Amino acid sequence: MTYYKPLSLYVPEPSVRPGDKPDFSKFAIPKAGSVRRPEIDVSEEEIRDLAYGIIRVLNRDGEAVGPWAGVMDDETALKGLRYMMKTRAYDARMQKAQRQGKTSFYMQCLGEEAIAVAHQMALSPGDMNFPTYRQQGLLIAREHPLVEMMCQIYSNSGDVLGGRQMPVMYSSRDSGFFSISGNLGTQYVQAVGWAMASAIKGDTKIASAWIGDGATASNDFHSALLYASVYRPPVILNVVNNQWAISTFQGIATGQSVTFATRALGYGLNALRVDGNDFLAVYAVSKWAVERARRNFGPTFIEWVTYRVGAHSSSDDPSKYRPLDESSAWPMGDPIERLKNHLIVRGVWSDDRHVQLDAELHDEIRDAAKEAESHGTLGQGPAPSAKEMFEDVFKEMPPHLRRQRQQMGV
Amino acid sequence: MARMNMIEAIRDAMDVKLGQDDDVVVFGEDVGYFGGVFRCTDGLQRKYGKSRVFDTPINESGIVGVAVGMGAYGLRPIAEVQFADYVYPAYDQIVSEAARLRHRSHGQFTSPITIRMPCGGGIFGGQTHSQTPEALFTHVAGLKTVLPSNPYDAKGLLIASIEDDDPVIFFEPKRLYNGPFDGHHDRPVTPWSKHALGDVPEGHYVVPLGEAAIRREGSDVTVLAYGTMVFVAQAAAAETGIDAEIIDLRTLLPLDLDRIEASVKKTGRCLIVHEATFTSGYGAELSALVQETCFYHLEAPIERVTGWDTPYPHAQEWDYFPGPARVGAGLKRVMEA
Ligand SMILES: Cc1ncc(C[n+]2csc(CCOP(=O)(O)OP(=O)(O)O)c2C)c(N)n1
Ligand SMILES: [Mg+2]
Repeated sequence: MTYYKPLSLYVPEPSVRPGDKPDFSKFAIPKAGSVRRPEIDVSEEEIRDLAYGIIRVLNRDGEAVGPWAGVMDDETALKGLRYMMKTRAYDARMQKAQRQGKTSFYMQCLGEEAIAVAHQMALSPGDMNFPTYRQQGLLIAREHPLVEMMCQIYSNSGDVLGGRQMPVMYSSRDSGFFSISGNLGTQYVQAVGWAMASAIKGDTKIASAWIGDGATASNDFHSALLYASVYRPPVILNVVNNQWAISTFQGIATGQSVTFATRALGYGLNALRVDGNDFLAVYAVSKWAVERARRNFGPTFIEWVTYRVGAHSSSDDPSKYRPLDESSAWPMGDPIERLKNHLIVRGVWSDDRHVQLDAELHDEIRDAAKEAESHGTLGQGPAPSAKEMFEDVFKEMPPHLRRQRQQMGV
Repeated sequence: MARMNMIEAIRDAMDVKLGQDDDVVVFGEDVGYFGGVFRCTDGLQRKYGKSRVFDTPINESGIVGVAVGMGAYGLRPIAEVQFADYVYPAYDQIVSEAARLRHRSHGQFTSPITIRMPCGGGIFGGQTHSQTPEALFTHVAGLKTVLPSNPYDAKGLLIASIEDDDPVIFFEPKRLYNGPFDGHHDRPVTPWSKHALGDVPEGHYVVPLGEAAIRREGSDVTVLAYGTMVFVAQAAAAETGIDAEIIDLRTLLPLDLDRIEASVKKTGRCLIVHEATFTSGYGAELSALVQETCFYHLEAPIERVTGWDTPYPHAQEWDYFPGPARVGAGLKRVMEA
């Protein structure tokens, strides 16, 4: 008889926990400019290595280098900086409003601003994002009215969603922002369906699907990759790998794979892995994927590598599960600082102008918040009418709902 | 005896079973190192190790699927679904697999699994952190459904559920985690430490599945309630002065029909309350059973007070929630009919 040692269960664990020194020593970061830039009609077999690398444009000295550089002009870059800073100021204000009891809940995208902002700038009107709750930058970069966004956060009488949805669960058809569901993963495959529809109708619009590292574990994530691989619709499959899913480190979602991008390889999808804190890289790769989709070369899967600097949400306390200073040890820096330094190196920006812009944006956000609060807050009202909840359950209200609304006395 | 809130009582039940039975394992999203977003598994991984208490990927069908496999091997898995609102991806594993495994294999394989999930509104969770989908499970042959209203019951029922050889859906009304919330959202909630049902025996005990409890004896009308609605009904009875007999069902399936029947035959009237939507809710089943068993004793039509047939709204949460005013009005309607 062969003797076998008793089996044991392997459970992945992060290398550090609260009290430990943050450790990113095993995190390999290729040099900026070192990853090649293939043609958009490239086949998946030719770029399998790109699922393991990291596309980066900005080097340590703030210079744009390598084959993915040179895509962005000064004007676009300055706009992008402004949108990122606006997103950060917006988050800070709304987070504070939550603490002051003006709303029930908030979620920031601190440290991840470059991804949504630069990606949106690469899309065109008519394209549709299927976002998660951490892509407010998509709306801000589309210049969606701030007051309208804030009224949603406050669930007040000005909320275009009638107070039905939790804060940050925006929806704006006009701004190419699909209604957010609280159920993770569901919308990833819906984006694929939207893109299939565009192809069925001979349109030129594309869809962009969004998911977090944690939610790549969902069944719908795999359904999305499957359908994308079979029908090759014009869809971009974005994974925002911010290292954490609430308290769960990314190893619980990746398992044995080294990267999320490699998930796509088994489906025969083109996959890229990108420095998500490098505004120029996000823009260049997004442009590449957008062009590819629009020219009918099919889907692109992109892992954006970043770090969730803030808490998961206003209900979360990350000091319970990760070192407090882990975000400052994150080796890929801050997206706003990095773009700012680059623009200074380019000679189109300065520290003074940066400070000035920051102040300007804070005033703009403050004024918008004041206006939004004139329509009420969740804490103080006025709230949308109770009647609201019976509307839009169906196109036309069936008798049983009319009866219930009557019973409620509104 | 110890004073516990409902979170501590639930954790204690798992602690007792993990300690007594090597076959018990606990897993779900964020339940390992962190101890769960509601802290129900706090400290259990440290005490029992990573291979018995661990984090899972965000994949509810997988959570239940592996639980079914472990159960078939002979373990007693306790799976946590972070919010009841996120159980739907697991519905196939629960309905087609866990619920039927015993039957289709003629008892060769079973699913002695417990699936815990926080439920109910009251925390401004909107449509995806507020649901109580009990009726989707009571409708399925082969599942037991439990919904405790207090720390004492939560611990005893959870131990009974873990020890049960069939799959149990274990709902935890999250608005009750810290105290007996009675629907008066504008008032502070008394903590469980000041409530008799926050007295929880140490160690092992069970509250058997299928036994209801009478929370208030009365002669005017029988109120059938469970979870948060037990305390809402108590508030409504106090505020209307109606002498209601309030039955806390505790287990929806198996159901303590004897106790319901005896009470309704005594009072001659019945009000059914639940937080979930009205149409095809569990109240419809209860109403049919009361009608079938007590028809000739009924002096008034059976009434139901429930959530409206809409998604759970965010801003209008308290218009949706069937609070003491609506339950009180329901009580009056049954009395005046
Ligand atoms: C189906 C489902 N399961 C669980 C949850 C609870 N939940 C909300 S956010 C979250 C973590 C998601 O992490 P990730 O996908 O990495 O996105 P991030 O928050 O980091 O942006 C979890 C578990 C949910 N919303 N939906
Ligand atoms: Mg994440």
